[in-house]
Amino acid sequence: MSAVAGMTFADLKSGMSARVVAVDENCLDSRRLQEMGFTVGTQFSVVKVAPMGDPIEILVRGYRICLRKNECHCIQIESVG
Amino acid sequence: MASHLVIVAGNPNAGKTTLFNSLTGSTQKVANYPGVTVESVEGQYSFDGESIRCVDVPGLYSLKAASEDERVATDVILGRQEGKPELVVYVLDATNLERNLFLFTQIAESQVPMVIALTMPDRLQAKGKRIDVERLRSELGVPVVSVIAHQDRKLDALKRAINDALRDRPIPSIDFGLPVGMQATIQELSERLARIGVDASQAEIRRNLYEPPELFQRFLEDFPEIAEPFTEARNRLEAEDLLRPSVDVTSRYEWSAKIQSLVLRDAEKPAKTVSITDRLDKVLTHRFWGLTIFVLVMYGVFQSIYTVAAPMMAGIEDVFGRLQDAIRPMVSQNEILESFIIDGIIAGVGGMLVFLPQILILFFFIAVLEGSGYLARAAFLMDRLLGWCGLNGRAFIPFLSSYACAIPGIMAARVMPDSKSRLATILVAPLMSCSARLPVYVLLIGTFIEPQYGAFWAGFSLFAMHLLGLVVAIPVVYVLNRKMLKARRLPFVLELPPYQWPKWRDIWLTLVNRGKVFVKTAGTIIVFMSVLIWAAASFPRFSPADPVAEAAKVGVPEERAEQWVQEKQLENSVLGRFGKAIEPVFIPAGFDWRITTAILSAFPARETIVPSLGIIFSLGGDVDESSGDLQSAMKRATWPDGRPLFTVWTAIGLMVFFALCAQCMATLATVKRETNSWKWAVFMFCYMTALAYVGAVAVNYLGKLFGA
Repeated sequence: MSAVAGMTFADLKSGMSARVVAVDENCLDSRRLQEMGFTVGTQFSVVKVAPMGDPIEILVRGYRICLRKNECHCIQIESVG
Repeated sequence: MASHLVIVAGNPNAGKTTLFNSLTGSTQKVANYPGVTVESVEGQYSFDGESIRCVDVPGLYSLKAASEDERVATDVILGRQEGKPELVVYVLDATNLERNLFLFTQIAESQVPMVIALTMPDRLQAKGKRIDVERLRSELGVPVVSVIAHQDRKLDALKRAINDALRDRPIPSIDFGLPVGMQATIQELSERLARIGVDASQAEIRRNLYEPPELFQRFLEDFPEIAEPFTEARNRLEAEDLLRPSVDVTSRYEWSAKIQSLVLRDAEKPAKTVSITDRLDKVLTHRFWGLTIFVLVMYGVFQSIYTVAAPMMAGIEDVFGRLQDAIRPMVSQNEILESFIIDGIIAGVGGMLVFLPQILILFFFIAVLEGSGYLARAAFLMDRLLGWCGLNGRAFIPFLSSYACAIPGIMAARVMPDSKSRLATILVAPLMSCSARLPVYVLLIGTFIEPQYGAFWAGFSLFAMHLLGLVVAIPVVYVLNRKMLKARRLPFVLELPPYQWPKWRDIWLTLVNRGKVFVKTAGTIIVFMSVLIWAAASFPRFSPADPVAEAAKVGVPEERAEQWVQEKQLENSVLGRFGKAIEPVFIPAGFDWRITTAILSAFPARETIVPSLGIIFSLGGDVDESSGDLQSAMKRATWPDGRPLFTVWTAIGLMVFFALCAQCMATLATVKRETNSWKWAVFMFCYMTALAYVGAVAVNYLGKLFGA
């Protein structure tokens, strides 16, 4: 499957896998998200989207974390496989 | 013998608290760090001749503190708070090595002696994996002890390792491959500093290089002699694009991933095909079943708070009533002493202890929900609903609890992950209509709405009063977040830990600690304030030598003389005089001095307005909200010009006032305790009283507009 350029967390659907392609370091939240494991090149998968559409549950680096879509703007992703 | 300072640190959900509880048990003391809302928990134990003072710091993800809790934890670990720790016990979750090792790399740089407590090996086993502890030890350079804290109560292996480490001082030696340019620059800077007599570790240098520009600038102002080499080094790194956080974070994570791959092995037993957590989550976070179960669980929790706590509260009230009866004969020779001990002290202590059952029951449920992992799922489900106005999904616990009573609700705000959202939650929680407002609603609705407009509107107004607080809370939170709590909002980060059985020992210690904190700190303030209000209502004394004759002079029959004395006492007291003095303030709301005095007397505890109204309308204090006498007395009451005192609009205005006003000193005392400052308690009192006043005046004007 070919990579879709310019994707963000808002485009994620349940069951998808994705990879971090770029992190905008001017954005305040970027450090915390990287510290949680979302560094460039990291692959993760979407476990579930909450009933009201947000937040989303993600499996990254072997643990589960929920993030709000609109708080992850600073991370650019591409979908994989 | 001096005790050793040992710090227990680690990521949230790594099993830190369970480990700390097993080490220190019932010796724990809870206090606040100075100037912040963050709590410190400390305990001690002795093992093999060494006595250990153990500090549990808040769980954190990074030493680059994002929240107040993390900043405190960082300060303690780096020795800026309690003195340099002699040893850090780093709690490493075996099932989550990569992320847990990230924080390890940061603490390792501070060159503090360390011991690793490797938790949850049993859970890793269930996943079909195990950790090569020997290999991990040699990679990290510090002792590693595998522990199952809730099973192995004695934790002898860990305690022995701690004792040995206090003697041998093992310091981690790791190399997570900094970019070459960075390594060289730091090395050079370190040598330059050494030449001018500044002894700084490479880690310290690195930390300061990475500080954001403002902090870095301030650091240089503090140490002008080293400004030049530091600024040069920073400029060079910036030019080479090596100062970005991503360079730092990525190199640490690459190292963590490498270590994980080196020490993680297949266990003898293969993994279960689908984990219990996956199976439970299929249902518990399902878009239909998840929400249904959430509603049922919450309903169960709050139903049992009502049904289980109610008889316990009645029992406490009963015990204190008997105590009053038992002591009364001993002090009856002196009327003031009698009133002071019976109505001041005993009533005050009883009025404080009556909150304990609700607090303990709520914290029991919170501990179970949190310990099992369900609380995080519930927050996941609820986040959208509460997130948009600046709160987050966890706030439903303090909010729902506040419908029973704001005190456990405010204490429950500690489920909020960071100080700012916790403070916002605390400040609006008392707007939720607590059960102490119910008698006021029942009295006023039963007197002025039900007889005139029927059962439907009576039910509707009761519902509306309960909704009002929630509706008002939303804009208040919004304004608080935008205008007052200036700290930067943190991204919402919610871990979903695997499900597990809650640990009874952890639950028990939560209850003990919460109970102690409430009784010791909030409780003393509550008792003190009760006595103060008692004094305001009791002095100056009105005690005629012959009450019956005195009453007869103003045409009060003998059988009502005692009630008349009570009425006169309140009217003459500091409180009553104050009520009369500020009557003009409440005239726009349609309240006269009698309602005003009743409101004032209810500031310590809102439910006392019912007996106060009883006294003011000459019925004595032994009335309740369904008392027919009180209802008809209120209907009969008039202004001096003969207009009825209460219209339906006055009644609604009074209910709105009670719904929004901070008439509960136990709440204010709890806010003071939980935010560690009077500032927020005073702020809450002012904003809620202002809202209540504006609300009551608005209702009165609406009444005039539409005619009653």
